[in-house]
Amino acid sequence: MTSVPEPLDVRFRSAAASSGFLDVAYNLVDTPLGTLLLAASPRGLCRIAYDPEPERQAEELATRFGVRVLRAPLDDPRRQLDEYFEGRRRSFDLELDLADVRPFPRRVLEHLAQVPYGEVTTYGRLAAQAERPRAARAVGTVMNRNPIPIVLPCHRVVGSSGKLVGYGGGLDRKERLLRLEGALL
Amino acid sequence: MMEAVSLPPFERFYETWSGEILAFLRRRLGPAEAEDAFQETFLRALRGYGRLEHGRELRAWAYTIAARVVADTHRRRRPAGEPVEGAAADARPAYAEIEHLAGDLPPTERAAVVLRYGYDLSYEDIGAALGSNAVAARQAASSGIRRLRRKELQ
Repeated sequence: MTSVPEPLDVRFRSAAASSGFLDVAYNLVDTPLGTLLLAASPRGLCRIAYDPEPERQAEELATRFGVRVLRAPLDDPRRQLDEYFEGRRRSFDLELDLADVRPFPRRVLEHLAQVPYGEVTTYGRLAAQAERPRAARAVGTVMNRNPIPIVLPCHRVVGSSGKLVGYGGGLDRKERLLRLEGALL
Repeated sequence: MMEAVSLPPFERFYETWSGEILAFLRRRLGPAEAEDAFQETFLRALRGYGRLEHGRELRAWAYTIAARVVADTHRRRRPAGEPVEGAAADARPAYAEIEHLAGDLPPTERAAVVLRYGYDLSYEDIGAALGSNAVAARQAASSGIRRLRRKELQ
């Protein structure tokens, strides 16, 4: 069985990425929080996943965005994440694709995106901003299913008592992100 | 009834068949030209992939695209201006005619006929494309041809 030499493989994948024919490009990126899977449609970044399972996630992306899903370079988001983890970037300058997110979660995520670096908000406050003041628990669910954590900073959402409460990627990651941003001592 | 086979993500299609298609292109074109042809083949595949309706016959589909890229490469090799024997300059190439004619055949026969008579592939390569062997490929091609003849006589 012939295997494709790496330079040829790399060349094809980057040609595919710039061809405009991909529904989704995804790639694995090493960070201080472990390997992340990043995925982007032509409209923007659509996934960041902790503890990636690329095969299963490629299937899921194909179902939601179209079958032309390929592992391919995602240089810009990768670079911005590197800068963020090095403490050199406080906000992300990336287009996001939330096309597969339903209206209420999307509204919540849009408010979430406004929470500044190094600050925290509460589930209740986000619920109020999304005009569902009694939906703090539903906001918790939205945070838990956040398709683009870190860039959509659900780690900046804490309980009304100031407790960290929970995080889709695990509480220790939430703590590390808040510490990186100087929101925790 | 044919079982529904859903189309896998392109990544899986590429990972599954890229090595084999590269080997085929190297056999047909030599190692140097095979590299450009490889890129061209999978970019064409990527372009068309979203229009496929199911995941059957993906291997034969990949070989068909690769064979078309080989044919195009051979054509480009001919010096410009040299007349093509017995054909008007704007005539459709042989494979286009065959693909058109064979359109109604069952998938395996269609692939065998197109790869044999459209692209001049050996029965060994066609067998590989169909996931069978040279004998089965020869049978599929000749039963496809018989079916086409019957249609012509109707």
